[in-house]
Order: sequence, then structure tokens, then C-alpha cells
Amino acid sequence: MAVLVDKNTRLLVSGITGNTGAFHTRGAMAYGTNVVAGVVPGKGGTMFDDIVPIFNTVREAVEATGANASSIYVPPPFAADSIMESAEAGIPLIVAITEGIPVLDMIRAKVFLQGRPVRLIGPNCPGVITPGQCKIGIMPGHIHKPGHVGVVSRSGTLTYEAVGQLTALGVGQSTCIGIGGDPVKGTDFIDALQLFQNDPDTHAVIMIGEIGGSAEEEAAEWIKANMTKPVTAFIAGLTAPAGRRMGHAGAIISGGKGTGQSKIAAFERNGVHVSPTPGDLASTLLQVWQPN
Amino acid sequence: MKIHEYQAKELFHQYGVPAPVGYPAFTVAEADAAAARLPGPIYVVKAQIHAGGRGLGGGVKVCKTLDDVHAKAQQILGMQLRTHQTGPEGQKVRRLYIESGVDIKRELYLGMLLDRDNGKIVVMASTEGGMNIEDVARDTPERIAKVRIEPASGLQAFQSRQLAFALGLEGKAVGAFAKLLSNLYRLYIEKDCSLVEINPLVVTGANEVIALDGKVNFDDNALFRQPEIVAYRDLDEEDPREIEASKYDLNYVHLDGNVGCLVNGAGLAMATMDILKHYGSEPANFLDVGGGATAEKVSAAFQIILSDHRVHAIFINIFGGIMKCDTIADGVVTAARQVGLDRPLVVRLEGTNVDLGRKILADSGLPIISATDMKDGAQKAVEAARKYAATHGKSVAASV
Repeated sequence: MAVLVDKNTRLLVSGITGNTGAFHTRGAMAYGTNVVAGVVPGKGGTMFDDIVPIFNTVREAVEATGANASSIYVPPPFAADSIMESAEAGIPLIVAITEGIPVLDMIRAKVFLQGRPVRLIGPNCPGVITPGQCKIGIMPGHIHKPGHVGVVSRSGTLTYEAVGQLTALGVGQSTCIGIGGDPVKGTDFIDALQLFQNDPDTHAVIMIGEIGGSAEEEAAEWIKANMTKPVTAFIAGLTAPAGRRMGHAGAIISGGKGTGQSKIAAFERNGVHVSPTPGDLASTLLQVWQPN
Repeated sequence: MKIHEYQAKELFHQYGVPAPVGYPAFTVAEADAAAARLPGPIYVVKAQIHAGGRGLGGGVKVCKTLDDVHAKAQQILGMQLRTHQTGPEGQKVRRLYIESGVDIKRELYLGMLLDRDNGKIVVMASTEGGMNIEDVARDTPERIAKVRIEPASGLQAFQSRQLAFALGLEGKAVGAFAKLLSNLYRLYIEKDCSLVEINPLVVTGANEVIALDGKVNFDDNALFRQPEIVAYRDLDEEDPREIEASKYDLNYVHLDGNVGCLVNGAGLAMATMDILKHYGSEPANFLDVGGGATAEKVSAAFQIILSDHRVHAIFINIFGGIMKCDTIADGVVTAARQVGLDRPLVVRLEGTNVDLGRKILADSGLPIISATDMKDGAQKAVEAARKYAATHGKSVAASV
């Protein structure tokens, strides 16, 4: 089972011939992901690495290959357009890796996605991986191990940290979802938690948030009201000064809102254990849940 | 990206958002000339720095004569202006704005920014002008009226009226406010703003609605298509280390602690700061070298951290995904050889090509303290900083 992606995922890559797109497409294929198409306007009819057919438009690619997921590696000025192109072509899962998309572009793209049967992950995210089955994105595949812990995170490297700690303890993951560090994004914590709650293969969840916005606070309440599976959390940025953007466009405390303290308080109020340091992501979960 | 008030008002004038007439001045002579072009009889001399709270800090003076403008310009230009946003060291005033005085009847607040909860632009208006809006939101939230703008249809007239009446505007001021707001929204969208704040927005004795102050921030991600805005950038207002870092596409934020951090990924970089604090130190910086860092970038990052003399130890914390551990190790060794490693260095490497990376560090002969995981590394870095401070007779407190 797992969520979002598995052996049946047929991946299309937008921006497959760019440096980043090409590098990570090769990584995904080496991991075993079924990459069925690339899209690069003007390069339709050619091949990527002699294996993957390239199309001019997503619509053509979907018609020819039956792609059911897409990943976006298109540069920031054109990435929102690319997201909308995938949605218009009827692709049900879009994973936007691109970092640096203008906020107003994402606002428009989200409006475009409304009412369409499509899920967006990201942008500015590492992607999604179901260990041993399918990897869409830029995470190092080798640190993962198939299993039953779901991981959802706003941060790429902290996701790797959680996965690395779990795997080192012999605990595998069902699916790891990077939801990305931007203020306007597709899937948020609650959506991801809902997927994990409904997935019989996921037995427990680690969620990793950071300063900025109020998605963690909302998730904390949602967990208490809806989750029957154990969830532990971590929040990055307790020492970050207000008003300064900490790398991620969304990681900023503004107007006194979005502090790490407020998020941790919300978790504790709702009975969610919080890891005291980023070195305890796996051990905190194992305090409240044991793999059988 | 932030800009000065006078630049914000230049945009306001361009977009039909009423603001007092004024001219920027970089010297006292220019201030004299600017005032001479204004009608009088009231002039305002305003320090131009990016921080707020300038009035309370003594950076805004109302003058009744040209001689007074001259005296106040002399006084403010070059001063170290301290406000609640500058920190104790203050910010040097290098630019002034000389503006016509306004007959103020009421002071209001108007703000426009992204509402992250629903991905729409929200307009906030309050009768409590001149106040810190965060305090108003906390103490008297009922005095803030909000409307959310639908991205597809844009700001509607009824929304402007809702706000105008919530502000208690009357007569021609209602229509004037609606026009101002619609122009402000156009500015927000066309220039890729991330925040527009007018505090105070004033109603004059003649029932006109005017932007007395102006704060406009821009979406850094959209600057590639806003060359006119980029031209407004004032490097004097930025930390020199942050400017240097931006040349290498590094995300660096200067902080006040004594352990320098070099990390890949924004989340891990924040978490590294937190874990240092957890073990009893303060981070000297946030630094994300990014996923595709080259040895050259890592070397530059390392030098920027070492240029901060308050740094008593450095903690390199890498979980290599795209970022290969050998690339990091190469950059560190190169930089340490170039600038000389005069402070303790703790390195934690994990992920892609980790064995190769560890070998490069071990073979370098440099006195590097290696760590097995993040906790181990943080504890070693905190300890190393403590020892360094003790043996070198420097404490963070003394140098701040």
C-alpha cells in the first residue's frame, strides 16, 4: 500500500533535460521508478538517455504514455505554468521540486487547481518516496527502508535526518512526503496526515515543521480530533529571530505569529510528543510506538 | 527585499496613491534645496533607514522654517539611529526625505499582505493608526477590519466600502479611499510585493486620505522580473557578510552567538541552531549552503563564518542528499588552508559519499574534530567554543 506513489506510478518529468531535472531523473530511474515521459517544449520527438520519450506538451505525453504522476524541475519563472499544464492534462499527482517560484504565481496556480481532481505536493520540496517502490524527487534513496512509519516534513534535509535515524534503528518507512518550505503550497500537514491515517500500511507518523504560518498548530488540533495512530513532532527554528527569513520563503516569524514556541505549545496541548532535539526524531517516536 | 520610505512613496505617486510631496536628500545642501522646492509652511525631515520606529528614535523632525530644516538635517544625517528594530548598535542615517507637512485630523492603519492560511491577499485596516499593529491585533482585535481578495476577480468595490465604513470615513473620503486601495492593490500585484503597510494613513482637515508613511517589501523570488525594484536595493542597509554570502547564492543570516554553523538545507540549518542552544551555546549565524553547493561555495561560506570574530567554534553539519559529502570536505579543506584554521572545527558528515568525505578530512592533516551524529557534533562544538573562549580570554558578552 503506502500513499501517493508505488510500483504502479508512471512518472512524467517536466524539465527533464535541464541539469537538475536530468540528474534526478537518472536517480529516480536507478531507484526503480518507472519514468515514462519527459516534457520539454521544442524537444518533442527526441529521447532522454535513449530510454525516455520527450514530448512538447504534457497533454501529448499523457495521451501517449498514460503518465499518472508528474514532477516539476522547470526553473522558477516558468514553474507555475508547468504545474497548471500538468493539472490541465489530468495528471492526478504533481510533485513540484522547483525552489523560488514567485508567491503571486503560486496563488494563481492554486486557483487554477481548485475543482480539478489533482493533488499538488510542494513546491520547494524534496518530493515523495515510497521506499523500495517509487522515488519522485531529490532525496537520497539509499537511506530509506520499506516499513510502516510515515514521515511528513516542510524541510528536505530534516526529512533525511528522520529517515536516517529510523533506518539506523532498523525501522522502515511507508511513505515520506516533503510538503515544502514555501508559504503557498499544495498539500499541507493535515492533508498528509489524513492520507497516513487512512493507509493500513502506515502505523505511526513523524511530522517535522518549522517556524512561520500556523499549519502546525492546525495539524496539532486535527491530530487530537482525528488520528488514531501515534504521531510525534519536531519544530525547527526555535532560535530564529523574528522578521528574518530563514532560507525557506515560508520560514519567517512575522507579526508575532508562527513562532516555534507557539507550535510546540499546540502539540503539547493536544498530546503530541515533541522531540527535544533534531537528534531525537526517531527515538521520540519509539517512546510512544514500537514496530511489531 | 526592503526599500526606503521615499522609494515607497515614489511608487505610491507613480500608482496614484496620494502621499505628501517630498524629495530625498543625501547631503545637508540637498536637504536645503529640497525644502526650498516645497510650498511650506510645515516641513518634515525624515531619516531613511529600513527599520521602523524612526520617530521615537529621534529620526523624524517637524520644522517650521528652512533654517530649522537645515539644522535638523545636519543633526540627523550621519547619526546612529537606534530604534526597537535596529538593535542596540543602531543604523547610520545616510539618506533623508524632506516632505511637506500635513494637516492631520485622524490617523488610520492600512496593510496588505499574504494570508498564508488560504493563499490570498488580505487587506487590514484599523482606526488605530500610528500604533504597532501587532499590539492592536493582540489587545483590541475588534479594531482591525479585514477583507480577503479573490485572486481571480481581484479587489471589489464593496470590499473597499466595507473597509472605508469600518474606518469611519465620510463623504468624499469614502470614494478617495476606494481609489487609493484599488491603486495600492495594483501596485502590490504588478510589483510582486510581499507587504504594503501605510501607518499612518491620515485623513486631513480637508477630508483627503493620504499615505503619511509607506513600507513596501517585495517577494525575493520575483525580483528576476522586477529590475526597477532591484535598482532600489540599498546595500548600506544590509549586513556586509550577508551581501558577501548572497554573491555566492548562500542563505546566511547573521546572529549574535559564538558557534558558527555551516549546514545544507534550511530546516537542518535552523535545527542545528536550536540544538546548539539546547546544549548551552548560541548560534552565530544561520547558513544554508543549499543542495547544489560546489567546493567554491563551501569555501566562501567557511570564510564568511571565520570573518566573524565572535565565532569561537564552527560546526559543520551535513546530511548529504544531492550535496555530496566529498564536495563539502573538499571545500572545507581548501578554505581552511587558504585562510588558516584558527578556531576549533567540528564536522558531522552523513549521506551521499560519506566515506569519501571523511577520508578527505582525515587525510588533510587539519585539526578537525569529527562527530558521529548531530547530537555528538553539537555537544563537541559547544564544548570547543567554551574552551576557546576560556583560553583566549574572550567572551561573547564582552564582544557584543
